[in-house]
Amino acid sequence: MAEADLLARPAARAANLDPARSFQGLILTLQQYWAGQGCVILQPYDMEVGAGTFHPATTLRALGPRPWNAAYVQPSRRPKDGRYGENPNRLQHYYQFQVILKPSPPDIQDLYLNSLKAIGIDPRVHDIRFVEDDWESPTLGAWGLGWECWCDGMEVSQFTYFQQVAGFECNPVAGELTYGLERLAMYVQGVERVYDLNFNGLDGDRKVTYGDVFLQAEREYSKHNFEVADTAMLFEQFKMAEGACKTYIDAGWNSDRTRHAMALPAYDQCIKASHVFNLLDARGVISVTERQSYILRVRELAKACGEAWLATDGGGVA
Amino acid sequence: MPDLLLELFSEEIPARMQARAADDLKKMVTDRLVAAGLVYEGARAFVTPRRLALTVHGVPAQQPDVKEERKGPKVGAPEQAIAGFLRAAGLTSIDQAKVQADKKGDFYVAVTEKKGRAAIQVIADIVPEVVRSFPWPKSMRWGSGKLHWVRPLHSIVATFGPETEEPEIVRFDLDGIASGNETRGHRFMAPAPFSVKRFDDYVAKLNDAKVVLDPARRADMILHDAKNLAFAQGFELVEDEGLLAEVSGLVEWPVVLMGSFDKAFLAIPDEVIRATIRANQKCFVLRDPQTAKLVNKFILVANEEATDGGKAIVAGNERVIRARLSDAKFFYDTDLKTKLEERLPKFSQIVFHEKLGTQEERIARIVALAGELAPLVDADRTKAERAAQLCKADLLTEVVGEFPELQGLMGKYYAEAQNEDEAVAHACEDHYKPKGPDDLVPADPVSIAVALADKIDTLVGFWAIDEKPTGSKDPYALRRAALGVIRIVLDNALRLRLLKIAGVTPDLLSFFADRLKVQLREQGARHDLVDAVFALEGQDDLLLIVRRVEALGKFLDTDDGKNLLAGVKRASNILGIEEKKDKRTFAGAPDAALLKLPEEKALASAVAAAKAEASAAVAKEDFAGAMTAIAKLRPTVDAFFDKVKVNDDDKAVRENRLKLLNEIREATRAVADFSKIEG
Repeated sequence: MAEADLLARPAARAANLDPARSFQGLILTLQQYWAGQGCVILQPYDMEVGAGTFHPATTLRALGPRPWNAAYVQPSRRPKDGRYGENPNRLQHYYQFQVILKPSPPDIQDLYLNSLKAIGIDPRVHDIRFVEDDWESPTLGAWGLGWECWCDGMEVSQFTYFQQVAGFECNPVAGELTYGLERLAMYVQGVERVYDLNFNGLDGDRKVTYGDVFLQAEREYSKHNFEVADTAMLFEQFKMAEGACKTYIDAGWNSDRTRHAMALPAYDQCIKASHVFNLLDARGVISVTERQSYILRVRELAKACGEAWLATDGGGVA
Repeated sequence: MPDLLLELFSEEIPARMQARAADDLKKMVTDRLVAAGLVYEGARAFVTPRRLALTVHGVPAQQPDVKEERKGPKVGAPEQAIAGFLRAAGLTSIDQAKVQADKKGDFYVAVTEKKGRAAIQVIADIVPEVVRSFPWPKSMRWGSGKLHWVRPLHSIVATFGPETEEPEIVRFDLDGIASGNETRGHRFMAPAPFSVKRFDDYVAKLNDAKVVLDPARRADMILHDAKNLAFAQGFELVEDEGLLAEVSGLVEWPVVLMGSFDKAFLAIPDEVIRATIRANQKCFVLRDPQTAKLVNKFILVANEEATDGGKAIVAGNERVIRARLSDAKFFYDTDLKTKLEERLPKFSQIVFHEKLGTQEERIARIVALAGELAPLVDADRTKAERAAQLCKADLLTEVVGEFPELQGLMGKYYAEAQNEDEAVAHACEDHYKPKGPDDLVPADPVSIAVALADKIDTLVGFWAIDEKPTGSKDPYALRRAALGVIRIVLDNALRLRLLKIAGVTPDLLSFFADRLKVQLREQGARHDLVDAVFALEGQDDLLLIVRRVEALGKFLDTDDGKNLLAGVKRASNILGIEEKKDKRTFAGAPDAALLKLPEEKALASAVAAAKAEASAAVAKEDFAGAMTAIAKLRPTVDAFFDKVKVNDDDKAVRENRLKLLNEIREATRAVADFSKIEG
């Protein structure tokens, strides 16, 4: 075989990294694919968030004129979705694979469809559909239009063209793709219960399942989220994060409010407040009317952070 | 004459917006063509998930020339005025203007001929304007562009030309999207671009490229194939128009496939299975034509002919449906573990309406009212109260939380499961009825009592806090509630004095009257007859009102009726005039001693007799009898107006005769206020 042929072939994939056999193989394949499309492959943000969108690489980078292409896995926490490890599909901690492309390229749908091919979903065999689903995040002051992407009747991804983030128009528009990794893996592995997913793609004694990695955590966190989480402390933490966010925002502005020096640290506190709110909500200590006001308080923080970001280098200020 | 072909090719358009978008495209383009003097022969618009298309045929190739006349100053006007006129009219010399005369003398007129533009140029202006102002319910930007469309717009086909020639491309550019003659087929089955000429070859080439352009045809194909697939296995498709329309908007090349699920799931109520499969998966369900029960099969509509014949697609859908049905079964089984009454305490935490208290308070009111109404509608009071107590409890169940459209029905199932009385269980479902003009009206007395109590409590409550419907705004569906009460009362021939029910005010009663009028008018009754009956005092018994209207309508169809109406109207008119003149009424019995002419004597005794007879008949609710009694007045009334002069010179005689006229009016008021009747 000619050397050129060898070079043209993709590096042979270890069998245990076949996305149809291993959870980590699925992640690695998606990373490989999007890296090939010129995306920066980031690591998860080191804070608790409810979705990949909260990562500053999406929320903040979606604002301002600078092009930005990134992909990353984000562990996402939804305290209310805990089911003590007893529900086959619901988790309070799960993985999202997030891709952000700004400006959204004209062939973004094809790029997405090719990523499905890369993980073994051939659109000539499977029925892939784009079904209307508009996205809105009240806490982030963000909205966009797009679809849920269906594969044979199952939602496998969210596809959104961001129109507004933190109350600011997105210009250019970023395209966001979010893959629900566990669900996708269950589909390609043909598994009915998330805990049965093969994590490392090995067999026999060497096989590690999703349950081996996360079942204990689901049980423990469900108990924590619903029964034990210290609500007095959490209320206090919410106030502290809110206060700190405002302090950093104020301290970050220069005298004529043309430049900001601490958008990212301030935004960390906004993320913190949002997660603490989710925990309080799961504990059922926030009434329906209060709920709205907490959401508005987080949104105010997000807006202030967005405004600050737009006055930084990353936000496009020369 | 040339035809226009237009296609706007984009990423997937939401199914719910497609039909409207096709209509809007047609209207916006053709309105502008007509406004530009391009009167076309016909137009049709089509839509698929990825394209909006329009064909307009028989468009003139050229706009008509237009002659414009501009009136200028008088001949001999100051030079400045003439110069200004020349400038405005675009003339170089006043010799180019014509001179015309009118009453004031000769003046200049500039005649400019505006040549019509080629239609293709006009269209090149129209289309970008239409795209930029298109009324999508929600639209967006993408990439670095400024354009708004429902989803990113990728390409535009715009061709124009006569049938016999190669059409031209209508050239324009929309933020970097240049119009052309190239489109694409099915996303997966025929993704390569190809060029098109005109509508007929566009449709044919699309079809070759696995795209069915016409949504109606896609719907027909789906329905036909689904029925056949079902029939082949001895089943019957449960048809669903809304779902069919939606699914037709999700595919360009419909491929109908059948899947199945575990028979064990058939233990879930059919409606829950159907709701699960419909709402989440947009699939159809099938039933056994013998038993009308669902079978463990479903129909899905894929968007392509898969290379494996659809095996993977069916397997994938089966997998999702299994998971969904497992959830539904879990919800249903969980619900069955809690008795309906055990759920009630939670209602104290749920606000029905800020100003109307909690659901718990509302349920207590419905229980009380249902108990009060029970004896009036021949219902068992205990059962009615029990049903009222339980009828809202299913709102707190998992299944209704998931599928709100199953409220009531699930209440019935859960009531049956806990061995409630059959009438109580049915009332849990039927108390919501009738939900619309085509819905059934409850007929069982217990259901009737609870249905009335539910609706009347809603009306009384919102009336008390002054949240009445205004114009098109009726957020609490109060018109539907009132109409529901009316239909329940009339269909079941119930005797109910609405004003005797606590909280029903005269204002609310008049709302019922308005709804009843609408209802009767739809059934063909004259609205003036309804007014004539409502004009009587204290009409709050809907059934009697309708009977009066019916009797009145029949009476007025007879000659006696028509003539009597004329006589009564004449009497009323005269009275009206004289009452105004004298600023007094002429109430009271006429004095027999003052009756002089035989005709007025005859009338006096006839009126007295008719009045007594009509009143007696009304007391027996024999409205036809009352009409017959009044009809007997006709000859004497006619004779009276023939021979008797009302405005006699003798004041006392005049007054007496006016009193006699008033008696005619009074006699007829036993059945209706004839003055409100038209004609």
